[in-house]
Amino acid sequence: MHELMITESLLEIALRYAEKEEATKITDLFLVVGELSSVVDDSVGFYWDFICNGSIAEGASLHFKRIPAELACLDCGYRFSPQENITCDLCDSTRIKIMAGKEFYLESIEITQDESKPDDAFNNASHSKIEQGSLGD
Amino acid sequence: MSRRISVVENILEANERIAAQNQLVLDDAGVLAVNLMASPGAGKTSLIERTLDELRHQLSIAVIDGDIATNIDADRAAAAGAQAVQINTGGECHLDAVMLQQALEQLELGSINLLIVENVGNLICPANFQLGTHLNILIASTPEGDDKPYKYPGMYRGVDALVINKVDLLPYIDFDMSYFQRGVEALNPGLTAFPMSCKTGEGVDGWLEWLRVQLAGVSGPH
Repeated sequence: MHELMITESLLEIALRYAEKEEATKITDLFLVVGELSSVVDDSVGFYWDFICNGSIAEGASLHFKRIPAELACLDCGYRFSPQENITCDLCDSTRIKIMAGKEFYLESIEITQDESKPDDAFNNASHSKIEQGSLGD
Repeated sequence: MSRRISVVENILEANERIAAQNQLVLDDAGVLAVNLMASPGAGKTSLIERTLDELRHQLSIAVIDGDIATNIDADRAAAAGAQAVQINTGGECHLDAVMLQQALEQLELGSINLLIVENVGNLICPANFQLGTHLNILIASTPEGDDKPYKYPGMYRGVDALVINKVDLLPYIDFDMSYFQRGVEALNPGLTAFPMSCKTGEGVDGWLEWLRVQLAGVSGPH
């Protein structure tokens, strides 16, 4: 159940970047999760709903880009999935390198910024209307 | 208006930062820290008891025990002559750098040469969470089966040495050592391995000798 801690880290990172940009809301988080990272998307999603409460990321959607694991044989160059084997089925070598699948990072976030000035109330009102419309997409 | 911000930050970065701080604290005190990882029942606590038996007269040793619940392991380590701290993770499946940081505060590091951290029994998660220890050790035990490197590759990839415990049971079980070692070789080429039995004491000397060499490499206030 280490996804709780991971989800807290995720929020902390997203808030840090959002603050730098003076965001008023975080609407989406785009994560890259390799097959070998032992992170369960559903579990992160489950905790996220609780963790993001009360922050500017409340209600933000998580998007997972899953990277399949790929191994390569250093002797014959055969590329294969660790689901098949961890040694090379082609030349029997044990000299194997991980090419992909260890990734686990927050790639980007989608934020909204309130660019209205205090004397610009009309624009502000129409702006948030558009925002609400686009959130429903 | 809506905007996409590029982040590209490792989500475990916070843990890794604290792990690096832990290592600095240990280095300053001249303590060598080893992280023992294994599935439940592989013999982590038995290896600690063996190690304490042999080394406690030459070295000052502390043990930090991670478990979901109970003080059983820390009590065993204390009975064997170590300064012991128990961490109950309350359900977390592994130790992380923050837990180790808190446990380090409870130890008199200045009076210790060797710190043994016993991770939570688990063959998956501990591999992904650095603690700041200098050496990561995996204990495999023969009754678990010779296919474990193939099934839990992540654990075998990141370790600095491998203990193969319970070799005294080999005559009674189907454990193909060459199949096992071939899997290990693919995941961690040239990995130092110590076949042993914590019960009979067979092979323990090789492990102790290796540990002494690692300790000799530590510079510090001692």
